[in-house]
Amino acid sequence: MTTSPLAELSTHVSTLKSRIVQAATLAELLADEPFIVGKRSILSTLQKSLGALAPEDRKAAGAELQEARRGVEETFALRRAELENAARAIALEADRLDLGDVVVAHVTAPLAVGHPGIVAATQRQLEDVFVAMGFTVSDGPEVESDWYNFEALNIPPAHPARGMWDTFYVDLGEPETVVLRTHTSPTQIHLMEEAVAAGTLPIHGVMPGRCFRRDTPDARHLATFHQIEGLVVDRGITFADLAGVIETFTHAYFGADISSRLRPAFFPFTEPSAEFEITCTICRGEGCRTCSQTGWIELGGCGMLDPAVLEAVGVHGDEWSGFAFGFGIDRCAQMRHQIADMRALIDNDVRFLRQFS
Amino acid sequence: MKVPLSWLRDYVDLPESVAELTAVLDDLGLVVEGVQNVGEGLEDVVVARIDEIRAIEGADRVRLVTVDAGNGPIEIVCGATNFALGNHVPLAPVGAVLPGGFEIATRKMRGVTSNGMLCSARELRVNDDHDGLYLLDDVITPVVGQPLLEALGITRDVVFDISVEGNRPDAWSIRGVARDLATRLRRPMREPVVAVPNATDASSSFAGARIEDPDLCGRLTISVLRNVAVRPSPPHLARRLTLAGMRPISNVVDASNLVMLELGQPTHPYDAAHVAKRTLRARRARAGEVLTTLDGVERALAQPGRGLGDTGEDCVIVDGDDVVLGLAGIMGGAFSEISDVTTDVLLEAAFFDPMTIARSSKRHGLRSEASIRFERGVDPELALFAVARFVALLGESNPEVLWMASPLDAIGTLPVPPTLTLRHFDLERALGVDLLASDVRDILEGLQFVVRGEGPWEITAPSARLDVRTGRAGRADVIEEIARLYGYSRLPRRTPSWPEPGGLTDRQVVRRRLRDTVVDLGVHECWTPTLGSDDDFDLLTPGVERVRVTNPLASEESVLRSSMLVGLVRAWGRNAERGLGDVVLGEMGNVFTHPGVTVSPRFTRGGAGGLVSLALPHENERLTVILGRTGDDARTAVATWSALATRLGVHDVVVRSSDSAPRGLHPTRTGELIERGTNRLVGYVGEVDATLYDALTTVPTRRLGVLDVDLDVLFDLTLDAQLDQFVTVPSRYPVAVVDLAFVVAQRVHAIDLAEVLMAASDVVEDVVLFDVYRGDNLPAGTRSLAYNVRFSSPEKTLSESDVSRARRALIEAARGLGAELRS
Repeated sequence: MTTSPLAELSTHVSTLKSRIVQAATLAELLADEPFIVGKRSILSTLQKSLGALAPEDRKAAGAELQEARRGVEETFALRRAELENAARAIALEADRLDLGDVVVAHVTAPLAVGHPGIVAATQRQLEDVFVAMGFTVSDGPEVESDWYNFEALNIPPAHPARGMWDTFYVDLGEPETVVLRTHTSPTQIHLMEEAVAAGTLPIHGVMPGRCFRRDTPDARHLATFHQIEGLVVDRGITFADLAGVIETFTHAYFGADISSRLRPAFFPFTEPSAEFEITCTICRGEGCRTCSQTGWIELGGCGMLDPAVLEAVGVHGDEWSGFAFGFGIDRCAQMRHQIADMRALIDNDVRFLRQFS
Repeated sequence: MKVPLSWLRDYVDLPESVAELTAVLDDLGLVVEGVQNVGEGLEDVVVARIDEIRAIEGADRVRLVTVDAGNGPIEIVCGATNFALGNHVPLAPVGAVLPGGFEIATRKMRGVTSNGMLCSARELRVNDDHDGLYLLDDVITPVVGQPLLEALGITRDVVFDISVEGNRPDAWSIRGVARDLATRLRRPMREPVVAVPNATDASSSFAGARIEDPDLCGRLTISVLRNVAVRPSPPHLARRLTLAGMRPISNVVDASNLVMLELGQPTHPYDAAHVAKRTLRARRARAGEVLTTLDGVERALAQPGRGLGDTGEDCVIVDGDDVVLGLAGIMGGAFSEISDVTTDVLLEAAFFDPMTIARSSKRHGLRSEASIRFERGVDPELALFAVARFVALLGESNPEVLWMASPLDAIGTLPVPPTLTLRHFDLERALGVDLLASDVRDILEGLQFVVRGEGPWEITAPSARLDVRTGRAGRADVIEEIARLYGYSRLPRRTPSWPEPGGLTDRQVVRRRLRDTVVDLGVHECWTPTLGSDDDFDLLTPGVERVRVTNPLASEESVLRSSMLVGLVRAWGRNAERGLGDVVLGEMGNVFTHPGVTVSPRFTRGGAGGLVSLALPHENERLTVILGRTGDDARTAVATWSALATRLGVHDVVVRSSDSAPRGLHPTRTGELIERGTNRLVGYVGEVDATLYDALTTVPTRRLGVLDVDLDVLFDLTLDAQLDQFVTVPSRYPVAVVDLAFVVAQRVHAIDLAEVLMAASDVVEDVVLFDVYRGDNLPAGTRSLAYNVRFSSPEKTLSESDVSRARRALIEAARGLGAELRS
């Protein structure tokens, strides 16, 4: 009977393991790698010698060797991670900078010229126009409950009108009860609820902000976009006031030669409702491809506050009436700067960003 | 909705000009999204016969075809191969202008002349087929030389593609559109031809109808049609259906579709032979019931859905054995459909509760032409009139059809048309102008409202106008109709004014200042995605619960960002790949923390009716800046913060080195921004961690400075700083300048020592750190901090002894922190 080639396996294994543990640096360990777990390891030599065994013994011996190899490899990996962490800790320590000791006067940086985002810049221009018209500006949250985004706006659950908004639902609470706001209109509800609670009606406000719709982005639409919403609740407010505010805004923002018109439309939260269109800013009303030869382009929606909305927020319809309007900030930017593809707005390409001042 | 002009003209006389009509429709809120001129460009196209096909030498893609269109042989070069000798195809002769404006001219190819063009169906805009020539033998019995329009029975027509708003169930029909036009143009409406029951036996002797759940089904009418012969519709009806965008199938199905398009009433024909006991009933589906709909999908019924408050109600139609035949108002099952051998038809025309249909349709993901009408509200009084029209249309191809007397008409809960009082005052209050009583009456009566009085008016809505509500809301609905038909453009405009001033909130003003400052400091403002991936945020906060979107467009966009760092580093990386990394990027925006993780979730109204309090994510507005210029690092980040804080007047925030930097920031080169008074964390300043950098960029590693500021805190601090921004008048007397270097323990912050020095004497004007030295000649664990100290007094020139006294006071005070003057 010949001695099994694996007779001294456990001795080999402990020798290898102690070599691993004794490696003091990562470099040392890696240099030794071929001799421990690589081709020049005793384990590889033993592997080759298994060929000499009788077939019936070979299987068991192979398994035994494999098991031994796994153990060595595991020890190697552990030590390697240990040494790597230590190396990283040393490197980090060498890199350490006490930020409290930074002598600001000694820091030199090139003279820098920055650029505001086009959306932020456009939003500010729009806000300025409305502030000059007597509006305040309010911000609102981006995650809303169904109540603020839909139900208080006279869009009950499962109402077919919900199909007008492709909604991202947030995974909180009961299914489909929390949404990424699909429009800035929920901020209207917050404003009215707060004003009713505090007894501070009237309201003359605009509400800019980021909104979300589950729409595959294309040249004209992004799934994330920005809207500005207007809300007036006061005594004696009529459709004539709405049309007047839209017209004044249109002149102020787009220029004296651009005017507005209203066209019947449907929004659950306003009645009567309208789309508002402005003179095509490309052809100035002559008719072109952008406006499909009509001379007009659609900008947004508006209307008189629906009695159901006033009721939902507890505003008394005998005393107060009002209107709301809303349109896209990004779209205004697109029109004003003739941006061929909206997706450029989220590419953050410096060559694009540099163009705005 | 596709609306053929010829069909509208059946109901009302209309102006000739399509442009004028389009403008009127737009102005009525029936927005015309497209106008199709049917038959335009086909006037010159004729039927031609293929007489000879020859190869052209040197050409393997085209052949020379000789055709006859009645005036002798014409040679044409043709690329299609789907025809044989003797086939009939459309020929556009030289001079013809095809749809889209393509003019046919003589062309020379491969040395042969082509005298016209043989056309595919798509080239003629007859249908979308472009696989070869339009083979006329398949569709008609062709006559050589006949004009194609005549051969195909096409008359010139215009089809409007109209977008109908959700609150206009009545306008989802040809007749509804016609009614708006008739009212606006003040022209009379014509009524359609309808049939009357022509059999003497009562329907009840043959069939049954019952409503089990009156809240779901308001009306179930069943008409019995006998002697039905299922065959093709006559060409003019098939054509009309095609123009309206539906495919002709058989006279019975076509009549059902025509009536739906024309009047807005969906109907459903059943083969009476397949309806047990010839009885149809409407009831609530029970849990456990299943139905295989016509599209072949097996659907579990009465299962609660995901929608808020969706309990899973389905209304179904069952037969006399209580077997479910169809999902009421949405889609039928295959079993009871009519077929070629059907002779007796049970025709269902019903009214279903709109919300029930809407919920079922959404839950089952099934939208049909019927369901989109029922969910908006079909006129509850329309059913039997629609059947009368159905029978008249069917009779054109099936004159022997018998309609049994007294159709079954089961009634459930029907909406009651509201009656409202409207005053001139209401009109003026809503529109800013009063209208003539006669205009109001003409408009409302044109729309079939019942009007009593001359203002105030008592107004009852027609049954078709389920959108008209009661009370104040109903008045708004009626006023909209008056305004719409009167014309929005004729209403006055007034620019209102009010005594309350407009303006920005303090926070908004500060936000603007911050944005301006940040831009002045070189930041290019970015817009990075609010939605990111788990992989992104695993780099920053592994294992922390995140705010997720249930239905993302892609998994990379399924998590609400908890930081803008990932987006900005990635944006910087992309620019750097293009060689444009020498730049500072920044963003101001909201980041989100899961309500289960944050200490301050946002509580808000939620649930059905807004009756419960919901914990929503904490939304935190932040500013994140990535400094990517050559030489940028944690130091320039500190300097940037310093400039920003100074510009905003925020002086009490200190930079403290931190060993607990959040992931993503460099572990040993990051500091916390701490407000000294309250120990509030204002943000972080430092460098991007190499692990994050490597995960997000493909460019060689370099240092990126980071500034990440909690704006909710910074705005507060800025506003506080503005409140007591008192200004000191500088001393007019000379200033004494002294440099003091201290050996200080590592743990003592430079800024704290500076503060102690500032407070040590009332003649200290300013203390500025100007050097930090570490070296072997200093005790272990210490470094030298050198300050430049300015002494001055508002009252006098400081003497040498004043200065040295102050200097001693400072040295003494520094000892309090264990700092010794360096000798």
